[in-house]
Amino acid sequence: MSEVVVSHHDEHHDHGPDKGLARWLFTTNHKDIGTLYLWFSFTMFMIGGVMALIIRTELFQPGLQFVDPAFFNQMTTNHGLIMVFGAIMPAFVGLANWLVPMMVGAPDMALPRMNNLSFWILPFAFAMLISTLFMEGGGPNFGWTFYAPLSTTYAPDTVTFFIFGVHMMGASSIMGSINIIATILNMRAPGMTLMKMPLFVWTWLITAYLLLAVMPVLAGAVTMMLFDIHFGTSFFNAAGGGDPVMFQHIFWFFGHPEVYIMILPAFGIVSQIIPTFARKPLFGYDSMVYATASIAFLSFIVWAHHMFTVGMPLAGQLFFMYATMLIAVPTGVKVFNWAATMWQGSMTFETPMLFAIAFVVLFTIGGFSGLMLAITPADYQYHDTYFVVAHFHYVLVPGALFSIIAAVYYWLPKWCGRMYDESLGKLHFWLSFIGVNVTFFPQHFSGLAGMPRRIPDYALQFADFNMLSSIGAYIFGFSQLIFLYLIIKTIRSGEPATDRVWEGAHGLEWTLPSPAPYHSFTHPPKVTDAEAHS
Amino acid sequence: MKRSWIKGSALAGLTLLAGTATAEELSKYNMRPGVTEISHSVYDLHMLLFWICVAIGVVVFGAIFWSIIHHRKSAGHQAAQFHESTRLEIGWTLIPTLILITMAYPATKTLIAMYDTGGEDMSIEVRGYQWKWQYKYLDEDLNGTFGFFSSLATPQDEIHNKSAKGEHYLLEVDKPLRIPANRKVRFLLTAEDVIHSWWVPDFGMKRDAIPGIINDMWAIVPEPGVYRGQCTELCGKDHGFMPVVVEVLPEAEFDAWYAEQLQAEEVRKEALSKTFTTDELMAQGEQVYGTFCAACHQPNGQGMPPVFPALAGSAIATGPLDAHLDIVLNGKAGTAMQAFGKQLDAAQIAAVVYYERHSWGNNTGDIVQPSDVIAHTSGQ
Repeated sequence: MSEVVVSHHDEHHDHGPDKGLARWLFTTNHKDIGTLYLWFSFTMFMIGGVMALIIRTELFQPGLQFVDPAFFNQMTTNHGLIMVFGAIMPAFVGLANWLVPMMVGAPDMALPRMNNLSFWILPFAFAMLISTLFMEGGGPNFGWTFYAPLSTTYAPDTVTFFIFGVHMMGASSIMGSINIIATILNMRAPGMTLMKMPLFVWTWLITAYLLLAVMPVLAGAVTMMLFDIHFGTSFFNAAGGGDPVMFQHIFWFFGHPEVYIMILPAFGIVSQIIPTFARKPLFGYDSMVYATASIAFLSFIVWAHHMFTVGMPLAGQLFFMYATMLIAVPTGVKVFNWAATMWQGSMTFETPMLFAIAFVVLFTIGGFSGLMLAITPADYQYHDTYFVVAHFHYVLVPGALFSIIAAVYYWLPKWCGRMYDESLGKLHFWLSFIGVNVTFFPQHFSGLAGMPRRIPDYALQFADFNMLSSIGAYIFGFSQLIFLYLIIKTIRSGEPATDRVWEGAHGLEWTLPSPAPYHSFTHPPKVTDAEAHS
Repeated sequence: MKRSWIKGSALAGLTLLAGTATAEELSKYNMRPGVTEISHSVYDLHMLLFWICVAIGVVVFGAIFWSIIHHRKSAGHQAAQFHESTRLEIGWTLIPTLILITMAYPATKTLIAMYDTGGEDMSIEVRGYQWKWQYKYLDEDLNGTFGFFSSLATPQDEIHNKSAKGEHYLLEVDKPLRIPANRKVRFLLTAEDVIHSWWVPDFGMKRDAIPGIINDMWAIVPEPGVYRGQCTELCGKDHGFMPVVVEVLPEAEFDAWYAEQLQAEEVRKEALSKTFTTDELMAQGEQVYGTFCAACHQPNGQGMPPVFPALAGSAIATGPLDAHLDIVLNGKAGTAMQAFGKQLDAAQIAAVVYYERHSWGNNTGDIVQPSDVIAHTSGQ
């Protein structure tokens, strides 16, 4: 099967990494940078998770028990910002760094020095963001959507640090996506045509274009905020002729593609994992590619469905409703394709497969609530209630996050050359699966019953579901420590992994030895039908 | 004869109780059907969407679980190698599209009905403030007749778990909005400071109250009763503590109350030319302070620095009267301090300024009358 001859180790010019801290600070190696991204993401996931647990602790019972409302708002805001920009996005970039060069048969990323820079901006951006929590007046408290004028005229002084932090994250994302595009378009091995690329590479290519298109829009929004706050402009200040609704249009023109930035790579990961463990090719490769591209296109023309209550004219409401409903079509195509891939397969259920199947089912539930939210008249009742909270957590936690966890289990043996502990992995899966559903499913109910989001205290009829939700959050949160322990255990003392790792795995990365050599393919590999989609 | 009447009404009462109990039970985990025609059609739409999703879920998840059970390696199943089927791909693109159209049709119809805001019997301006609502009843030319503020009535002790929570914990206000039953009431929504959102679930509509913009929505409520909701757009610290309560009165009762309010408005206007004693100023000032100032500057005048400065011993509350009046009337640009000149009348401003200058150790000794406030305003 493997006709690829990879030269490594014994070649003289193929030097290994530097020693000590210098390896990580100055590295231009795609694997080292991928590792940095992934550990950074895990750290942020833990910090954002602690904030979520603070929120759930306060909401365990009605009444104010642990934190005051001002701090509660800082927690919801920073939980959102950290999870979106610090946990999910860097994790996908980390995976892209590790996997894209190996998957397309390249030695490294196209722009290695920029790669180093785009990672090392992040710790500073987030250190600055988190430091605002300890400053006078507190950190950002206006929600991760930072609607003006709450985030401008009425914001704490630390909002300037927040703006600078967002600018830095944006610069990092833009550099990261340029690098990924350059790598995919220029560094593919001979024979790796676009329509032979693994779906993870395809979804990331499209995601990178989305990032390039919308991160500058976000930068524009925060710059206008900066000018409103410090230089006397009135972009979003009605008293000066500005328009608070314009802020929302600009924000969601970034924000809606942003939510697909967080899910398209997940689609790619799941499309790699399911065929492996079903031992059957992906059902409709071409239609998966076209569906991804359609979703990406539609993501630019649906932004105002986040703003159905701002009072748009009827024609506008109808346009955004119909456009949003259309997204269900390509998304449905994806789900049907995953189901059809499993159908008549020969399935086994190792941990990555468990997380991938849970992804398909629970992401679809998030899709259903998304479809309901698209229907404008019903959205008036759902808008800004816990129904929305349940919806986006279903697509982001058992959606994006589960796919990242699945990816780590799936490729970890290739990365470190050692197998993880399967029974520990299954324990992690089942606790996460139960925890996630106990946390977020009841939130559908409290939302429908009328509980608004972002409140530190609630009326008595919401008490039962909130308590349940908090219990689920503890189960979910603490079971992630198993994940941490499992990863460390694997790296230190896991059983040696084979090169192919999984019986049904196909793709160039599996033709490399485990652990993968420091430089992936120093000579272009031969792309065979077995290792690429044909 | 009489007994049977009692028996009959008791039975009716029981049925009614049972009816509300189930509705109440249901509304713990599903959307409320609400009380207006619009809310009913929204509820029907919601249930339609829900059952369509359930049906699709059964088919898709059914297929997935079927293959999980039957097409597993441990059950000895051999993997088929089929893939790609243009016919199937077209099928599962077209069928969902048709399902979407069946959803879009009733949704469009309901939305068009919601946008029919004309032909109203009366208009009410709803204005969001951090963290309370102001309701103004408008006449036919949309000029204000009278109005009032409506803020949370739940005692702090209940919120801080020092006393048992009441039935309508966090959903009760000092002064509910009152509207007549069976008349088309049009709400004109706007905000003074940040964006708020006005929502009564039973009316089936929600609209943002945005500074500088006037949005509208409407309701015809056939059933008199008390309807409760909350602010649904994050609006700062006390976002969770600004409920919406609407009391729907039978038409005649509403008309009587409305006439009464118009009269009271005349009395209030007279107070503007009155001279008050210091005791009257203190008493009135304390009340105004409690409603409008204490949320930020705190009941003990210590504030929450640095965002909300202390008033006790502050340069403004112990300094020249003009500067004090100025900041209360016009607010301070770039800070959370609002311009209360729009929210309070001269008598209330005079009282609260007097109160602030003679509380928590402040004692400037000067007296502030409504006429001083009017002089200050017109002198500008």
